[in-house]
Amino acid sequence: MGIKSSRELEDGSSNQILMNQKQNNIAPQIIEEKEPSSFKLIFALGIAGLISGIILVGTYIYTDPLIKANKEAAMQRAIFKVLPECTSYTALKLEDGKLIEKVADTDKKKETDKEELLIYAGYNANKQLIGFAIPGSEPGFQDIIGAIFGYDGTGKVIIGFEVLESKETPGLGDKIFKDADFKTNFTSLVVEPEIIAVKKGQKQNPNEVETITGATISSKAIVRLLNKTMAIWQTTINEYIKQNNITVINKHEQARK
Amino acid sequence: MSKPENSNQNAHEFLKGLWDENPVFVAVLGMCPALAVTNTAINSLAMGLATTFVLVCSSILVSLLKSVIPKQVRITAYIIIIATFVTVVDFLLAAFTPAVHKELGAFIALIVVNCLILGRQEAFASKNTVGLSILDALGMSAGFTFAMLCIGIPREILGSGSLFDVLLFGDGFEPWVVMILPPGGFFMLGFLLLGFNWYSQKKKERELMKKN
Repeated sequence: MGIKSSRELEDGSSNQILMNQKQNNIAPQIIEEKEPSSFKLIFALGIAGLISGIILVGTYIYTDPLIKANKEAAMQRAIFKVLPECTSYTALKLEDGKLIEKVADTDKKKETDKEELLIYAGYNANKQLIGFAIPGSEPGFQDIIGAIFGYDGTGKVIIGFEVLESKETPGLGDKIFKDADFKTNFTSLVVEPEIIAVKKGQKQNPNEVETITGATISSKAIVRLLNKTMAIWQTTINEYIKQNNITVINKHEQARK
Repeated sequence: MSKPENSNQNAHEFLKGLWDENPVFVAVLGMCPALAVTNTAINSLAMGLATTFVLVCSSILVSLLKSVIPKQVRITAYIIIIATFVTVVDFLLAAFTPAVHKELGAFIALIVVNCLILGRQEAFASKNTVGLSILDALGMSAGFTFAMLCIGIPREILGSGSLFDVLLFGDGFEPWVVMILPPGGFFMLGFLLLGFNWYSQKKKERELMKKN
């Protein structure tokens, strides 16, 4: 009985809903205006895209030189930091396994073709070569760490280090560029035969880096970055020095004597 | 409550975003930036201002073009407008404040999908005059910036012991690193939502008491 009656109820109510729907369906169709044609819709979006494009191109043309100048200034600051006493520098690029001076591009198209691998030769006030600033990158804990370091070509030591880009954990991994103690690792770090990461307070040899407690992964990433980048550049740098018969001013060498 | 009269409707459209309809604490919109870039006060402020610029500019354009944009493609058109202004902000920040741009990183591009902005276009700018839309956008973004600072300032004080990069405590203070990590954002937001809801519930109870 109970089931039957509820069914009857359902039937009744569903009928009512159907009736309502029928009435409603007729009503809006009369009120609603005609759908615009697809052409009109595409046209409207096309215009929106066009206006947006014009605004963006305008902004890009205006801001692009400023953004490039900012990047260059940041790079320049970093080079001066990792090569103490450096007052001027030239960019060197790798071509046919040799380092040649990169001539400032007058042709802008060439520049955008591909990202070139560049290193920078730093000179002191007397125009003497004091070392090379070499950028490199390596995956860290969260994202790729970009860094630049100063390399003294004849002494085969790293004399300075700066992080350019990093998204390491704030408060932990970001000590690779905030911790002053960690930076002292890179004031005279011997790169041969290989840079090795050791625990804090256990540094014995000149080719060892003390890692940061709580930021072991990030510190080890830096050591990998240095070894990897040195492997790419070391032989070419040695050849460059030999070929051009340049005597690199080496403070460490002098100090040892 | 009583309907706002014409004379103070302007004030109402502006003020509602600050408190009664605060986008973060009441509408719970824009959670992605509210959690991700509030680890320092300066980042919170920069994100708030960038969002303000995008929201105000797109509200002006949407309310101007509301009769031109066909209804069927309105969401697409809004997104195009919003994305345009976000890219403009991205370029401008990179050109003039490279440090802030570096900190905010990918979250500038993500302003496009901040539902606060699209929501205001659909709910307000597409139905109201330019003047009211500007007021609404300013109020909403002021509310958003206020909320970002509410989360960002305590996180920076506790997590780094500083405010706007000025150190507040001596060496004796051990920073609560967790506050500048992602969980800190959830903690802070949770506490603020709790406080906000508690306050509005009390307010409702008081109004009921008055009526009775």
